Amino acid sequence: MRHAMKFAAAVGAASLLLAGCGSKPSDTAGGSSSSGGSGSGTAFKACMVLDTGGVDDRSFNQSSWAGMQAAAKKDSSIDVSYVSSSSQNDYTPNLTAETNKGCNTVVAVGGLMGDAVKAVATKHPQQHYAEIDTASSAPNVYGFQYNTAQGGFLGGYLAAAMSKTGKVATFGGLNIPPVTIYMDGFWEGVQYYNKQKGKDVKVIGWDETKQKAGTFANSFTDLNKGKSISQSFIQSGADIIFPVAGGTGLGAGAAAQASGGKVSVIWVDTDGCVSAAQYCKYFLTSVTKNLSDPVTQYVEKAASGSFPTGNYVGTLDNGGTGLAPFHQFDSKVPSSLKSELQSITKDITSGKIKITSPSQPQ
Amino acid sequence: MTRWSERWSGLRGGGTVLVTALAFLVAMVIGAVLIAVADPDTQAASTYFFSYPWDTFSAAGRAVVAGYRALFEGAVFNPNTAANGTLAGILGPISETLVNATPLILGGLAVGLAFRAGLFNIGGQGQIVMGAICAGYVGFAWHLPVVAHLVVAVVAGIVGGGFWGGLTGWLKARTGAHEVITTIMLNYVAVYLLAFLLSVKGFQRPPYGQAISNVVEPNARLPHLLGGDLRLHAGLIVALLAAYAVHWLLTRSTLGFQLRAVGANQSAARTAGMSVERSYVVVMVLSGALCGLAGVSQILGTNSAITGDIDAGIGFDAITVALLGRAKAGGIVWAGLLFGALHAGGVQMQSSTGTPVDLVVVVQSLIVLFIAAPALVRAIFRIRATSAGVGGQQLAKGWNG
Repeated sequence: MRHAMKFAAAVGAASLLLAGCGSKPSDTAGGSSSSGGSGSGTAFKACMVLDTGGVDDRSFNQSSWAGMQAAAKKDSSIDVSYVSSSSQNDYTPNLTAETNKGCNTVVAVGGLMGDAVKAVATKHPQQHYAEIDTASSAPNVYGFQYNTAQGGFLGGYLAAAMSKTGKVATFGGLNIPPVTIYMDGFWEGVQYYNKQKGKDVKVIGWDETKQKAGTFANSFTDLNKGKSISQSFIQSGADIIFPVAGGTGLGAGAAAQASGGKVSVIWVDTDGCVSAAQYCKYFLTSVTKNLSDPVTQYVEKAASGSFPTGNYVGTLDNGGTGLAPFHQFDSKVPSSLKSELQSITKDITSGKIKITSPSQPQ
Repeated sequence: MTRWSERWSGLRGGGTVLVTALAFLVAMVIGAVLIAVADPDTQAASTYFFSYPWDTFSAAGRAVVAGYRALFEGAVFNPNTAANGTLAGILGPISETLVNATPLILGGLAVGLAFRAGLFNIGGQGQIVMGAICAGYVGFAWHLPVVAHLVVAVVAGIVGGGFWGGLTGWLKARTGAHEVITTIMLNYVAVYLLAFLLSVKGFQRPPYGQAISNVVEPNARLPHLLGGDLRLHAGLIVALLAAYAVHWLLTRSTLGFQLRAVGANQSAARTAGMSVERSYVVVMVLSGALCGLAGVSQILGTNSAITGDIDAGIGFDAITVALLGRAKAGGIVWAGLLFGALHAGGVQMQSSTGTPVDLVVVVQSLIVLFIAAPALVRAIFRIRATSAGVGGQQLAKGWNG
């Protein structure tokens, strides 16, 4: 249905254009400039193979593609394009088609494509590849990984400091490492706060030392489940909630709204005031995972002739993870706390604070 | 001799083959319009349409030619990759077409078989998922010798799909529950069961970082037919054998006659002493087993690990394949090949011209739409009507009418 709508939109847009009676741009420009297929001979072709969900998924496909577009905007000799996958059946053919097309580098989005990338990359050792959310699997594959426990740590410390009830809470979408790594960081941040300040702020919903337990919605889309989990947290006395569950987390926003502002939420992955602006009032901050900038940097470096090898690991230090702006809470967060967060950031980077989450990239 | 003359009169009289070909033609023409409309150059030229209308048409023409050339290159033969002289370069596109066609043929047979017994099986998705779960689990969790492992895994897939389909047949036979409703619901159950399994240790792949299963052991994989560089696997042979078996079942066996009798007129079949309830269960078990084989092709052939979308939409595409093939085994094989080619070509078209792969879905849907409304095609091409085949009649009046 969504596909059909896209076409309907395209037809609509085109018919509007047809109504226009503009004048032809100067003839010199008209001949050879084409924005679609064939670029000029010297252009650096960076191609992206998206996972299922489409380029406008408000999630990792969209963020990764934004990184490619930013690279093309900065450097006009970079020609970017993408193909999307309609199911896992398309991974291998898409990667092969992009390789045969003569792309200088092929960037694959999503860890599920890992097997296909490895197989295709092994068959084409001269071709450069990159893969988001997976460690490098072959010498010609550059991996993007994220240590989001570091961002989660800051979120946990902030939550512990801002909590009035002495209870904070977190829940996940599924009990898998890309989710629990955030919850580990959050839990550690709270423990660190307790140790530093001699307090006893409790974390409901997760305990890093008990990886099998914890509260999970078993969904990344079920808003109502998120709301009912959040309400049970609130009844247990929590006043700050950190949902690591995609769209399910919106239920925490709804619960915060229902509480009349007594409860606030820390959003995850993207800046919540941008991606879920309707609940911006209740977002203390967001723990972010930056997909776009590292992709831009990779493409720019590759275009300059030096393909990076090994892995990129997103950290607080390189901006791969961190805290989004406080937005409406900016005036409520004491400046002493802000400077504490800055010194914690330095300590994590220097290794003075050790993060112990078992889900961290090696 | 008689078959050929029948066919010829069918063509002249606007029979099914001609209508199908014309439906394809009309769909491709509409697809061409969509390619042109979605093309950025054409859009740019259309802004000054009234001063230089020719620019718009030439840009549109270039886009359509490039798009359909890429479609052909992806599905049949690509001179660029063939120039390498490798087997993969020359036969790659055909291999992709056949790989895509394999599960579509199996799924189409499943839906078509149920059609002939008067049932509308839209539970292909769930049955494929269950087949893939069972075949995949045997494939990665059990350790058996070379041939035995593959055979056991395939049988597990058949059993998984057959059980899931049989459940619907049993519910209809025992309680009268409508198969459309129960198959849709069982789709949800299967999809969420898979989502759950993908978070269970033992099924999920270590280090449990992604919702993906363990990798199927090489022993349990369907062998490649044209060497390791081409994805074509023995699932195609299974699909063709299944097509022959369905053809034999429907036209040569007593059971097939019963199924068709029930599909044509339940009351008459019952009066003649046939057990309608038993037919429901049997046909749904068989239909589910065929979907299970499509799942087998997905997990033991095309892919090597299960993810949440292992069904790849085949359960629903299979319905259109069965419609296009008029619920006959031979027709379904051709329809599966056509849709497989369109999908393989769509991948190439997206890659080389940037035309969204969704276009292929639109073309496929249009083909079926025109076949479902044969009067429309006849009106466009001014062909006089004759009696339509089984599919045509059933399409016109609905499956349970």
